[in-house]
Amino acid sequence: MATHKLFIAGSGGQGILLMGQILTYGAMHEDLEASFLPSYGPEMRGGTANCTVVVSDKPISCPLIYEADALVAMNLPSMLRFEPLLKRGGKLFLNTTLIEERPKRSDIEVIDVAANQIAMELGNAKAANIVMLGALIRETGVLQPKSIEYVLENKVFHGKKASLLPLNLQAFHAWQR
Amino acid sequence: MTEKVLMKGNEAFAEAAIRGGCRFYFGYPITPQSEIPEYMSRELAKRGGTFVQAESELAAVNMAYGCAAAGGNVFISSSSPGIALMQEGMSFLCSAEVPVVVLNVSRGGPGVGGIQPGQADYFQATRGGGNGDYHIPVFAPLGIQEAVDLIYEAPQIADRYRNPVMVLVDGMMGQMMEPLRLPEARPFVATEEIAAYKPWSLTGKAAKGGKRRVVKSLLLKPEQLEEHVEQLFEKYALAEKELVRFETIGLEKADVVFVAFGTISRLVAESIELLAAEGIRAGMIRPISLWPFPYAAFEQIDYTTTKAVISAELSMGQMIGDVKMGVNGRLPVQLIHRTGGIVPTSLEIVEKTKAILQGVK
Repeated sequence: MATHKLFIAGSGGQGILLMGQILTYGAMHEDLEASFLPSYGPEMRGGTANCTVVVSDKPISCPLIYEADALVAMNLPSMLRFEPLLKRGGKLFLNTTLIEERPKRSDIEVIDVAANQIAMELGNAKAANIVMLGALIRETGVLQPKSIEYVLENKVFHGKKASLLPLNLQAFHAWQR
Repeated sequence: MTEKVLMKGNEAFAEAAIRGGCRFYFGYPITPQSEIPEYMSRELAKRGGTFVQAESELAAVNMAYGCAAAGGNVFISSSSPGIALMQEGMSFLCSAEVPVVVLNVSRGGPGVGGIQPGQADYFQATRGGGNGDYHIPVFAPLGIQEAVDLIYEAPQIADRYRNPVMVLVDGMMGQMMEPLRLPEARPFVATEEIAAYKPWSLTGKAAKGGKRRVVKSLLLKPEQLEEHVEQLFEKYALAEKELVRFETIGLEKADVVFVAFGTISRLVAESIELLAAEGIRAGMIRPISLWPFPYAAFEQIDYTTTKAVISAELSMGQMIGDVKMGVNGRLPVQLIHRTGGIVPTSLEIVEKTKAILQGVK
């Protein structure tokens, strides 16, 4: 596999950093190298949140990226701000429930994911990030879906949160092209 | 070998300190390293150690001084302005020959500055903000694993030299997560074992008629003070032989050589690959010990092919003076830098390098 550079952006409270951590754990589960770099600062609920995840089969020299292979925009400000970061031919995952505008660039592949709407139909809008994660995994093939299922079960929705696992597994598989 | 785990840098640093045998932690929260005192407050007592939240960094370093003088293995941490407050203590610890491990998770300055990563504490770390003739060994890892390994090793170096040892990382390393392997835990030195382990320490158990143990930094007679400082510098001369650490990449037949430590060295490593794709051979000297600085590494530069040496820094250029001493006039030394918490992209480094090479042709 090549090195995959992923950038995930949205607002605080949307589970942006959790998505990045799940991907990183998933990479570890497949014995791949990974790095997770969150934005940090005087962050708050409703403010901006983003993270960079690099996954590779060789040691990662640089956890910072100058271009992304895939970009997840969970809200409009994220799309407007980070669209230029995507490389030519890169994949832009748009949360179309919250983003009505279309991206300006025509040299990228846009994948529409009505993440909040799908999650709400499943019964919990908070699972929008997991819906999006499902789309990201399916369309990029960066990791195997069963690795993410393993992480959801063993690292995220376990112990007191175990009751949330079935809904989130459903959310993970909910998006269809 | 232990299993790979995924941890936030700061938590991994704290865990590495505990596993390295640091039984006492004194600290005060400051971004971007507050997860360290948080982790210590949660974990240290469970493992038989002691956590104290001090009222300030000045108090923390002096608690460390007192505890370590009594033979305790102490780890302290802070971020740039907090480390500035600890500088008086660093000088006292050096003079009194008391080992303590210090971690700086640095941020942008001067002043309170910002909370994004920076390397503008190079002077503070290597030249010191404390008074008098002293040195502190300073190690600057490039990522979480190397930081963990150095924090784990640091107490042994501190004990061997009876001197503080600093590990210098930055806010980015503190906040990011990378899979890593933690070293096996060394057991804490029990209180009753301290006298045998550190015979100089103030355990209050000197044999009857034995020599009084004194830990102090006040020597009023100039002859005594001069002799004391000269003895310290015999240790520092040994440290300059034993503790120099660096890594080199692709110096052979290089067109240009970068010198970079910590976070920016990872960007430079990627820039080197990007430059290679354009037919430019770039190499790197990566200092791991900032004091003692690896001047000897500069003898490995190929002065027949290399046209320039570039000091790449997240500051206005602080290490560049040491780089110039290493190069010793043999080549022009240029600076590529960002500061204030901005980290350049590897592409930005590539563009600036090409501009520099145009200028020296």
